[in-house]
Amino acid sequence: MESLLKTETQSTETGPEGDCHSLGIVETQYYTFAEPPEALKLESGETLGPVTLAYETYGTLNRERSNAILVLHALSGDAHAAGFHRGEEAPGWWDAMIGPGKPFDTDRYFVICSNVIGGCKGSTGPSSLDPRTGKPYGAEFPFITIADMVHAQRHLIDFLGIEKLLCVAGGSMGGMQALQWVASYPERVRSAIPVATALKHSPQQIAFNEVGRQSIMADPAWREGNYYETGQPERGLSVARMIGHITFMSDRSMEAKFSRKLKKGKLSFNFDADFEVEGYLRYRGANFVKRFDANSYLYITKAMDYFDLSGGKLINGRAVDTRFLVISFQSDWLYPAYQSQEIVRQLKLKQVDATYCELKSTYGHDAFLVELEGQTTLIHHFLEKTYLGERNGNGNHR
Amino acid sequence: MEIIDNGIRPDHQVIFDMIEQGARVLDLGCGTGDLLHLLAGDKDARVQGIELDEKAIYECVKKGLSVCQSDIESGLTEYPDGSFDYVILNQSLQEIKKVSFLLREALRVGEKVIVGFPNFAHLDARFCLFFGGKAPMTPSLPNRWYETPNVRFLSIGDFRSFCAEKGFAVEKACFLNGRKTITFWPNLRALNSIFLLSLQGGRRPYGKGDGVAGPETPPDREASA
Repeated sequence: MESLLKTETQSTETGPEGDCHSLGIVETQYYTFAEPPEALKLESGETLGPVTLAYETYGTLNRERSNAILVLHALSGDAHAAGFHRGEEAPGWWDAMIGPGKPFDTDRYFVICSNVIGGCKGSTGPSSLDPRTGKPYGAEFPFITIADMVHAQRHLIDFLGIEKLLCVAGGSMGGMQALQWVASYPERVRSAIPVATALKHSPQQIAFNEVGRQSIMADPAWREGNYYETGQPERGLSVARMIGHITFMSDRSMEAKFSRKLKKGKLSFNFDADFEVEGYLRYRGANFVKRFDANSYLYITKAMDYFDLSGGKLINGRAVDTRFLVISFQSDWLYPAYQSQEIVRQLKLKQVDATYCELKSTYGHDAFLVELEGQTTLIHHFLEKTYLGERNGNGNHR
Repeated sequence: MEIIDNGIRPDHQVIFDMIEQGARVLDLGCGTGDLLHLLAGDKDARVQGIELDEKAIYECVKKGLSVCQSDIESGLTEYPDGSFDYVILNQSLQEIKKVSFLLREALRVGEKVIVGFPNFAHLDARFCLFFGGKAPMTPSLPNRWYETPNVRFLSIGDFRSFCAEKGFAVEKACFLNGRKTITFWPNLRALNSIFLLSLQGGRRPYGKGDGVAGPETPPDREASA
């Protein structure tokens, strides 16, 4: 067990950048559990098993096992949150926040990031082989919820021998999982950092997801989800991703990034991508289909739409001593600040310790990945004070 | 009488002395959290702040304080009745539009409310207005008329009348001129004042409606009936 916790993903090598704040080369690990008949019971009433979770860890678990932080990814994210995979130039998706000397300081904390079930990045999802048929699940994959994702992660945390997480943190769908962790296992979470997220999707958010799903399902290549031998519905999936990217940006950030700049300096008078914004969306869409499974997109967006911890379900009765740091961004119109304020309102009603800040940013929903300064300050100090257990100013009403 | 200079702002020292050990405290407009940090550290108080300024919130978080970004004008609806022993409204009352609404909200969620504000009727201010014919500028009213965040200009006398009218009992009042406490003619000589308020006849929630539409009679008269 101990050898497992001295994470294999850690390395003294510096990353391709030779940066002393980089984790260097890291590797994804896999944990398989819930072998039938012990299959994972899902919220829908169905079962799933065996279940594999892809995960990475950074830093070292301390003797008291009190420094573990679970970082949770968004819709298209994966277990590779920080450091570099061998031979790759781009680091993990939250590399700016995780590493030596960074807010999620791996010199101090043991950081875990797990891919969600339903995903396509090494965890069991619709593209995994169904052990009953020997073929990919496809549309036979059971519907999963955010609570199911968290339930699976709890098995991983048990396996890692961690009784209580110092923190659960994530943005967007990662924030939903952080909230779900508190709702499902409040006694196992010392603190939570939900960023740019909501207690439930608004009709507008559901609508954008539905358009993405319809785009995939309208592509003849989708074949009711059974496309693994014929190739996935690339056109549908890329359009879904393009819509996603529009919702991640703000009017201002699009103006700053593209304005009405032309790709070739003049209008083509055909349906090629004239404007840079068109080229960008096509490029993003085309790239996405190389790395993401269309069925996973359908299942995971559905899980996000089903998510609902409103009306007192976040803190349900039991005394909760979890500290919260809730962060939203000014130009984020996909997950507007009022949704984060509603989280805070629920926490105050239940007298749960909460800090909230709406950070200035023009990047829209993307801000949680790129607007680093405010997040760095807040998360660094919030975690440090939580870790040191400093009672000063700890506004709990216990 | 002089407040000993121990590096603590005199108004903070006065408020600090009003609050007992282990109290639950909410500071409306807590700024960089110096007062809350002091209360949490030296009085083991369980503290929370509300602040609008992002940079000030960073400072609070650095101190380990829990603070929420919010505009206090919108009220305190998310806090259950009697959540706090003390609600502090120090040097922000004069920037508030809905004064009676906010004070009633404060007295709903807190047993007692501590209010601190600059005195508009200080001698210097009177001089400015009377002889200079200009909007007053004093150490406690340092901004020019076109830069001031203040929207309410009140004196100690005004505030006393207001409390009497609204049914807020003044339990303590302290008047300051720098580090000096003023006892004679405070409305003329004090630059700052700090009031400790409660509801006459004990706390009784007012409900969550807009203060303007609230009952005209102070609640204590009904409560004791």
